[in-house]
Amino acid sequence: MRQEPLPPALAIALPVLGAASILFTWQFLLPWLGVPAYIVPTPTAILGVFQKSFSLLLGNLWPTLIEALAGFAIGNLAGVLLAVLFVHNRVLQAAYFPIVLFFNTIPILALSPIIMLIFGLGMTPKIVIAAVICFFPTLVNMIRGLDSASSNEHELFRVLSATRWEVFWSLRLPRALPMLFSSLRIASATAVIGAIVGEWIGSDKGLGALIIQASFNYQSDRLYAAIVLSSSLSIVLFCLVVLIERRAIKY
Amino acid sequence: MTIKRHADLTAIAIEAQRLDVGYGGRHSAVKVLSGLDLTVAAGSFLSILGPSGCGKSTLLRVVADLLDPLGGTISVLGDTPHAVRSRRDVGFVFQDSTLLPWRSVRDNVRLPLGVGQGSLTRQIEDRSEELLELMGLGGFGERLPHQLSGGQRQRVAIARALLGQPKLLLMDEPFGALDEITRDRLNDELLALWRRSGTTILFVTHSIAEAAYLGERVIVLAANPGRLVKDLDMRPFKQDGNRCSREDPAIVAAMADLRKALELAS
Repeated sequence: MRQEPLPPALAIALPVLGAASILFTWQFLLPWLGVPAYIVPTPTAILGVFQKSFSLLLGNLWPTLIEALAGFAIGNLAGVLLAVLFVHNRVLQAAYFPIVLFFNTIPILALSPIIMLIFGLGMTPKIVIAAVICFFPTLVNMIRGLDSASSNEHELFRVLSATRWEVFWSLRLPRALPMLFSSLRIASATAVIGAIVGEWIGSDKGLGALIIQASFNYQSDRLYAAIVLSSSLSIVLFCLVVLIERRAIKY
Repeated sequence: MTIKRHADLTAIAIEAQRLDVGYGGRHSAVKVLSGLDLTVAAGSFLSILGPSGCGKSTLLRVVADLLDPLGGTISVLGDTPHAVRSRRDVGFVFQDSTLLPWRSVRDNVRLPLGVGQGSLTRQIEDRSEELLELMGLGGFGERLPHQLSGGQRQRVAIARALLGQPKLLLMDEPFGALDEITRDRLNDELLALWRRSGTTILFVTHSIAEAAYLGERVIVLAANPGRLVKDLDMRPFKQDGNRCSREDPAIVAAMADLRKALELAS
């Protein structure tokens, strides 16, 4: 049997209470059980890092943000453009899409050192890694989206003698938007992961570098603060994508 | 209403001779229509009945230049289907309304203004408001398709097909998914539109009652391969202007006749 939906006030209050109960347990129960602070620092200790070392955190957030945003933009744009090329040229798609899929099976961690070798140690390799991570889901989703118009819809446009460009602009692209946005939502989180993975492998700046340094130095409150910050970054990007999606897709 | 009458009652809208249509290429093709001979007078209302797979929709697709015949000849409005499509003299209404969900009702009706204008030599007027009024959708222009009922969506699809004032309107089971009351109402509206415009209508349906009520002429196709098995002139059973009552004994008798043909065809 289907359950009745919760009243709106409760629907908002319950997750807040849920989070509060976990924070409360974390703050008081874990120290009481004797879990050492270098393994799990308390929420207030983590909050303390935000007060004490705000400029350090902000200084490391900045490069990660730029890398993630640039990687997000470049990777998704490349995915969209290649998808457009593939759906308009079946020969190219048949020849190269399997190869593109093969590249997708290479773990990004295995690919990253090669990207580092090619692009050196600056921001570029991190942007490239973030872009590569965003690229594949968007390519695959966009191809499916651009092909998702029904045969009746294509016939309607043919009866109207629409040009290829008009079919693309007025039918294929709007049809693809929901699928594009669902991959952009995924990419908003993976772009940050890509940037951080890049910073792990070779960087002294960014949240990834901060995470590695803090863990080497047993500064677990700083480590946790960096984790909170990187996940917040993903959430903000995600919300931005959702906001744009709501304006773009009204049906 | 300013829809012009296109009809020249002596003219022929469609002439098909020994028409073969199939899928899968010229040699390995599965024939859907075989050796079909059909002449349709301009301005007439032709109902096409038949079991699934008899090629009713396929016939419409050949007329609309969505599908090339494998053999035989077909002329539409005295020209090739391709030329007629390029001139946008043909409108098509699908079983599902095929409205674009991201466009408002008005913008759906105006789709023919936005695409395919390159091949046109005549100017299409924006009669979207007038057509929406005519279809009982005044005030619905800003709505999105998902906010409409099935019957309203189909009205929008008809308005869109009429925007370019087509000389030939092809309708592929347009009311098949609607409830009976809505379907009957739309039948009457369609007949009123047809009387005013003089457009030639080819109307594919599964419903014997609908075919008999709407058509000046009803043809029945049989399947495997699709061929003409019955050609019934309905005008002797109807009053002037293709008017009749659904309960008229003459119409009921004609329906029984069509049912027999359809049973043999299935």
